Amino acid sequence: MERAVAIEVNRLSKAYGAHQAVSDLSFHVYAGEIFGLLGPNGAGKSTTLRILITLLHPTSGTASVFGHDTVREADTVRRLIGYVPQERAIDRFLTGREHLQLLSALYHLTKEEAAKRIDELLKLVDLEAQADRPAKTYSGGMKRKLDIACGLLPDPKVLFLDEPTLGLDVQSRLRIWEYVRMLKARGLTVVMTTNYLDEADQLCDRLAIIDGGRIKALGSPTELKVALGGDIVSLTIKETDRIAGMEAGLANQPAIKTVRATRNGLDIRVESPEKALPIILETANRLGCGIEFIEYHRPRLDDVFIAHTGRRITDTAEQPVE
Amino acid sequence: MTEYWQEISALTMRWVRRLSRERFSMLFTLVQPMLFWLIFFGNLFQRAADTQVTQAPNYISFLAAGVVVMTVLNNGLAGGVDLLFDKENGFLERLMSAPIRRSSVILSRFIFVMTITSLQVLVILGVAFLFGVEPATGLLGVAVILLIGMMFGVGLTAISMAMAFSVKSHGDFFSVLGFLSLPMIFLSSALVPLAAMPGWMSFLARFNPMTWAIDAVRPLILSGWSDALPHVAMVIPVMLVFDAVCLYGGAKAFRRAMG
Repeated sequence: MERAVAIEVNRLSKAYGAHQAVSDLSFHVYAGEIFGLLGPNGAGKSTTLRILITLLHPTSGTASVFGHDTVREADTVRRLIGYVPQERAIDRFLTGREHLQLLSALYHLTKEEAAKRIDELLKLVDLEAQADRPAKTYSGGMKRKLDIACGLLPDPKVLFLDEPTLGLDVQSRLRIWEYVRMLKARGLTVVMTTNYLDEADQLCDRLAIIDGGRIKALGSPTELKVALGGDIVSLTIKETDRIAGMEAGLANQPAIKTVRATRNGLDIRVESPEKALPIILETANRLGCGIEFIEYHRPRLDDVFIAHTGRRITDTAEQPVE
Repeated sequence: MTEYWQEISALTMRWVRRLSRERFSMLFTLVQPMLFWLIFFGNLFQRAADTQVTQAPNYISFLAAGVVVMTVLNNGLAGGVDLLFDKENGFLERLMSAPIRRSSVILSRFIFVMTITSLQVLVILGVAFLFGVEPATGLLGVAVILLIGMMFGVGLTAISMAMAFSVKSHGDFFSVLGFLSLPMIFLSSALVPLAAMPGWMSFLARFNPMTWAIDAVRPLILSGWSDALPHVAMVIPVMLVFDAVCLYGGAKAFRRAMG
């Protein structure tokens, strides 16, 4: 059966002057799934998201939400979506309830509809007790919950989350993940950006790895890991000046797919560890290269990321909770 | 149309709510400085200022018009700052991702700033009254003063919003603000009549819309309709042009910022 498509992105590009923030992006999001845009800071995730929520016009290409173009039918799209910004987009002087009341008016709800929905949402995100306190008294996690309630207020078909757990403590993160899964269970389509690999791995049904404004890989976390083909053997080598020699010695050996030097050793992708390990040990012996530590594991999402982008994801913008 | 009004009134209410929770800062940053100008400056220069030069019974009655327009100036130039903070913390994006008319946010800000400014102008005229300054043109004159204030304020608020949408950081915003506001005051007839200024200053002051506003407000307070009407007839087209230019610039900045 054909799955219903919620979002269609077709050859999307966005340039700021000479800087190409997003180049030739194409993907689609199925209705009812959690779709992740994974990439380091400055990769183009947020730009893509802002185009989808109608706040930016693409330089070329198109994006549509349930068949409605984000530029020509922006107002229709805005009626279908909810948005949770990356910053704590909170007015510190308003109470939680007043935030939701303001948004109710902007979505043109009647007073009765608004009151009912606001009560439901406050209960959903567990903010009932703090609803009438000014937001400046909220903790980071509480602000995030209010953010999510605000995103859900319009009763959207698609919810957009920009870095939903950036800077949150572990407990709050797990809490947010729980909400997102619950929203999916209610039939919502969720599109989120993240630069946390574990978040993408645990939460997303499918994801696009974006780097330098381009899609490097697309699929479910499992598909992406399987597609790498083979498991990974990581060596820690005592004498780091031997790493290069070892790398050359292992290249083009049978059962070894790729070899990549790391800071203190090698990451070796192998077809089967039974065949590869004797070759690795024999090569080390022959070259007189002392191995300090051997680790063997199935591909993880960070291996996928490195394989497609040639580098590790770095969380440089991570900030502590205020 | 009812939807439009629902948006504007909800957004305006937000500004009112914020203000009501910031009462302390409102009192000290908005009302006080202007009253200080009037009370301290006005009384301090009572004897230093020559009534022959100011053409007023005393300095405080001369200064009242200047303080009224300075209030409009300061409120107007600061009128965009809340939108700047909204832009910086993402609140503006949240509002803009809702199915609202793009102009609602802007209009709510105009309504709020104009209302607050009018109230402050009334407070200043009230305090001046306590010091014996009775508007020569009565309540109708006060209404015309408010009208002139609004017309000047709309343009200034538009400049402020244009800046809020264009600057990279709020540091930039406040430096431009500080750079604009004092020269605007000194290069106007707020403190000293044009005739008593050094030639180059009075020349520059003539191009300052603030001078036009003050020169119309001052006779409304000091002398009466016959003196005031020619100035009022002049200031209205000047302000219309000023507002048109500022609103055009503001709309352009807004469109650029909102992609």
